[in-house]
Amino acid sequence: MIRLVDVHKSFGSNHVLSGVNLEVAQGQSMVIIGGSGTGKSVLLKCILGLITPDTGEIYVDGSDVTTTPREAFLAQFGMLFQGGALFDSLPVWQNVAFRLLRGQLKKSKQEAREIAIEKLRRVGLGPNVADLLPAELSGGMQKRVGLARAIATNPKIIFFDEPTTGLDPIMAGVINDLIREIVVDMGATTMTITHDMTSVNTIADQVAMLHGGKVRWVGPRSQVFDSDDAYVRQFVSGSPEGPIETLR
Amino acid sequence: MIKAITTLGRLSLGAIAALGRITLFMGLSCLSLFRPPFYVREMGAALLNIGFLSLPVVGLTSLFTGAALALQIYAGGARFNAEDVVPQIVAIGMVRELGPVLVGLMIAARVTSSIAAEVATMKVTEQIDALVTLSTDPMRYLVAPRFLAGLLSGPALVAVADILGILGGLMVATQALGFNAATYLQNTADFLTFPDVVSSLAKGVVFGGIATVMGCYYGLNAGRGAQGVGAATKASVVAAAVLILAANFLLTAGFFSS
Repeated sequence: MIRLVDVHKSFGSNHVLSGVNLEVAQGQSMVIIGGSGTGKSVLLKCILGLITPDTGEIYVDGSDVTTTPREAFLAQFGMLFQGGALFDSLPVWQNVAFRLLRGQLKKSKQEAREIAIEKLRRVGLGPNVADLLPAELSGGMQKRVGLARAIATNPKIIFFDEPTTGLDPIMAGVINDLIREIVVDMGATTMTITHDMTSVNTIADQVAMLHGGKVRWVGPRSQVFDSDDAYVRQFVSGSPEGPIETLR
Repeated sequence: MIKAITTLGRLSLGAIAALGRITLFMGLSCLSLFRPPFYVREMGAALLNIGFLSLPVVGLTSLFTGAALALQIYAGGARFNAEDVVPQIVAIGMVRELGPVLVGLMIAARVTSSIAAEVATMKVTEQIDALVTLSTDPMRYLVAPRFLAGLLSGPALVAVADILGILGGLMVATQALGFNAATYLQNTADFLTFPDVVSSLAKGVVFGGIATVMGCYYGLNAGRGAQGVGAATKASVVAAAVLILAANFLLTAGFFSS
């Protein structure tokens, strides 16, 4: 479904991705873990074409992402951004229905609003928030609206960039459960970036660890907590002692 | 010595590269005006913000400038018994130069800064990336409506500034300097020519375009965080003001040098 072959990306002298190879099967929930600044977000942005890799190939459904028509390609995707990335000037329902109000998937305003309210309900928000502006919502509610926007058009592939960052443990648990529920119900292929091992436990089918610009370890969720790899062990345990350098 | 030349060379190359990027962005902005989809609602909002909401500041600025200009010309003209030229000089000064330049600088201060800060904030909060993932081209959704609104609002604001500038001169001339209102207006109308008005409105189009495109360019290329937003806003206003004044010189030379 998604295949990355020897993907490299540098920003000046900073080699963020140094030959990433990864495969995500259809309907699979892949969670990518790794320290801050190891290129997890860059990796997702390379797949989406927001950042152009220096070298390497990326295939989605067997098609090279650089040659697929952009609009049709992006129509397959939904993405939940780390900070929500909701449009400040638009009310909540128009944020959720953004894609349904314009472009190839355009629907009537009434229909788009109904779908938006249904998606909001799906993530546990009532119709009373539909006409609020994003600034009037709490961080957790903004994440939920971002989640509703990501699933508004029932995409085949959904990316979640640190979905629980900045949330309290209870809200983080709610978001994790929602993501798992949506993934199972929709049968979507998903990639999630997180540092939160609770998220890994709830969301993941497969886990990949990025370190030093490469995929250091990849395997099923059941093995990540018992991995023999010293890097994975250190990351999972959150220990400052180990092969991953820490600044103190 | 070699170090100084190297630094000078690096700065020159950097400036040329920046000019190239801005020129390319202006070209892309022009192209985006003709490529569907067209976002009518965003265009309406931009027209309201850039055109209508700029009217108070443009109106007040030009009214006071026209009034001050009348006083200056009267005082200066009195040195060689030429007080009667006040209506003509106020008219030509406002229409050919001050009206368009004041509008250009006022929208650079009010509109360019606001566009740059808004777009830069969208950039640092990943809203621009979100737009792209929602199959929406930021050039067409964000830049084209603002650019077109700038091109349309610029001449409209200049026309308002020209009229209010002349009105400011008229008020001072009739209330403080002893001019007759009908004669003042007749002299103004007789002295102004069609090319004066055309050049004034043409400058409005160019300045409106520069002000909006600079806001979008620096906003879309903002650095990270609050500092990035601040730097983009400052740079956009400086660049817009300098480009407007440079364009004013070139347009004046083009219209009137012969």
